[in-house]
Amino acid sequence: MRKNYLFFLVLLSVLRVLYGYLIMKKFETFTGIVCPLDRSNVDTDAIIPKQFLKSTKRSGFGPNLFDEWRYLDHGEPGMDNSTRPLNEDFVLNDPRYQGASILLGRKNFGCGSSREHAPWALEDYGFRVIIAPSFADIFFNNCFKNGILPIVLSVEIIDELFGLASGETALDIAVDLEAQQLKTADGKVISFEVDAFRKHCLLNGLDDIGLTLQHVDAIKTYETRRRQEAPWLFSQ
Amino acid sequence: MTDKTLYDKLWDSHVVRYDDDGTALLYIDRQLVHEVTSPQAFEGLRLAGRKPWRVEANLATPDHNVPTTSRPNGVADISDPIARIQVETLDANCAEFGLTEFTINDIRQGIVHVVGPEQGATLPGMTVVCGDSHTSTHGAMGALAFGIGTSEVEHALATQCLIQKKSKSMLIRVEGKTAPGVTAKDIVLAIIGEIGTAGGTGYAIEFGGQAIRDLSIEGRLTVCNMAIEAGARAGFVAVDEKTIEYVKGRPYAPEGEILELAIANWLTLHSDAGAEFDRVVNIDASEIKPQVTWGTSPEMVVSVDMQVPDPDQVDDPVKAEGMRRALDYMGLEAGTPVSEINVDKVFIGSCTNSRIEDMREAAGVAKGRRVADNIKLALVVPGSGLVKQQAEAEGLDKIFIDAGFEWREPGCSMCLAMNADRLEPGERCASTSNRNFEGRQGQGGRTHLVSPAMAAAAAIAGHFVDVRDF
Repeated sequence: MRKNYLFFLVLLSVLRVLYGYLIMKKFETFTGIVCPLDRSNVDTDAIIPKQFLKSTKRSGFGPNLFDEWRYLDHGEPGMDNSTRPLNEDFVLNDPRYQGASILLGRKNFGCGSSREHAPWALEDYGFRVIIAPSFADIFFNNCFKNGILPIVLSVEIIDELFGLASGETALDIAVDLEAQQLKTADGKVISFEVDAFRKHCLLNGLDDIGLTLQHVDAIKTYETRRRQEAPWLFSQ
Repeated sequence: MTDKTLYDKLWDSHVVRYDDDGTALLYIDRQLVHEVTSPQAFEGLRLAGRKPWRVEANLATPDHNVPTTSRPNGVADISDPIARIQVETLDANCAEFGLTEFTINDIRQGIVHVVGPEQGATLPGMTVVCGDSHTSTHGAMGALAFGIGTSEVEHALATQCLIQKKSKSMLIRVEGKTAPGVTAKDIVLAIIGEIGTAGGTGYAIEFGGQAIRDLSIEGRLTVCNMAIEAGARAGFVAVDEKTIEYVKGRPYAPEGEILELAIANWLTLHSDAGAEFDRVVNIDASEIKPQVTWGTSPEMVVSVDMQVPDPDQVDDPVKAEGMRRALDYMGLEAGTPVSEINVDKVFIGSCTNSRIEDMREAAGVAKGRRVADNIKLALVVPGSGLVKQQAEAEGLDKIFIDAGFEWREPGCSMCLAMNADRLEPGERCASTSNRNFEGRQGQGGRTHLVSPAMAAAAAIAGHFVDVRDF
């Protein structure tokens, strides 16, 4: 009995350490279908409506991604989504884009609420890259925390990609984060910018908290100094 | 020494360390916590065996999911079982990790962004975060305050820090005086109309100029609240005597010698005369009229004496298509005078406009009048238990009830409709909240953003009306 208990404790601590480092999957090179969502200012309320925010979990939001645009009826948590009437006019339901892993959007993508449920829903659905001419700041940041790569490209290139992705057959793009390049099947190469630190974290699947806790001494030194300088910040 | 912006000062005083690429580890003085964006963060702490770094830096209250109808039994009165579990989870997490929480029937409970300043828990010069985009509100105190996602909620709990890159700086200078009947809400809607919902993306915005200095602290809270609607994570206002008077005597504010020390520091929290900004926007306050949004983005806004705009007059095809989609969703025709748009419901509340001055402003319009027959529901939802108590002490609740409004318990309510307060498909609402996105107040619901005075006037008239003529 006691032996089992000890084993359990050891297992628990191993899991804790693993959780700290393997919280995110490593971002590897892949080729995926591009789904073109031709709207500006796509907000996080549209990405995942509020009724699904009542969940206390991080997973399972994929079936309700873009719920109000994707289904014809009103969605609520706990419904069997497989039996709900689909809005055939919505791009996610287009047969060409089934299995898409790259979402192509317009300006100010992800504006509005800070809900991380938005990238959780996109990730759970299967999107790993979002391409747009601009993103809202909080959403952009939240993507990186969840293994999603948001890519900013010029309006001209985005227009061209919308053209390519809206043809009879879907557009496939290869995403190479290491080389910071997108490649189409016919050999077109598009380079993109990404913050060096965020790239490093994505490629290695690193957990931010683990990284920050490498600087415990610096945080404590800062706190000691600030307690002297600004004691009112530490009173309650 | 070179002149610094307020943003430089707030930023520099919180940098723990820089990485080689300029990424900073930024110290967080205060985190506000609510039930919707925290459960997964606490779960993350539990799984990794971590504890809050400085537990007293956090303050929690449930707001998004709480019912605004009578709730004598507290959490047990939340009829939606999933919402109830979320509030119970917040209570359990706060108890387990030792966070101070104002629970559902605590008189201090309310919308986090109303509670923080009200308690003196958000002070000048602080860095303030919360898993909610409207955290920019607290910038009105002269603080650097911004919304974060749940991963960062967990990060701030575990380390008291966040990994951040500095934004660019923008000064929005609103010079001159506003006309009577023009409020803080109209100022910020006019700003968003001017720079657009992505105009502030990548920036931290300082709001300045005479019209901002003339605002009360509560008015400044309304302006900073909607910085995020202009795309900026953070918006703030320089500290002045009004800020210091507002803070003094609040439960979490410093006292005695420490207060004197704090005040000396707080009075330095303004941009220096020669400070340079990456972008400056000038707005003439005297030209601002009461504002009404007509579409599904806060930038789709006009003055109340104007007409719904025509997409055919717009050159940019993507923008024109967005306008057509918005008009279709909103059930509006281009060219319709705003004053001819009828309203079904009215919502006065939210972290934008639910403080005591908002209640007084709306009650001033409602006093001695009656809500129009075509209005199905006119809700007044104070931002906290203490706002409610103060309003009742002033008799404002009676004014609203006599006029036909419903007087409710504090919470986020119909701003995002996570609880039972919502629009039905096709219903049109005059709302003092901050977002008019599709479905925001209920699937198919149509939201028009206005000031508390304009919302109250729409309730009385049954359609939008210029409150200056009321």
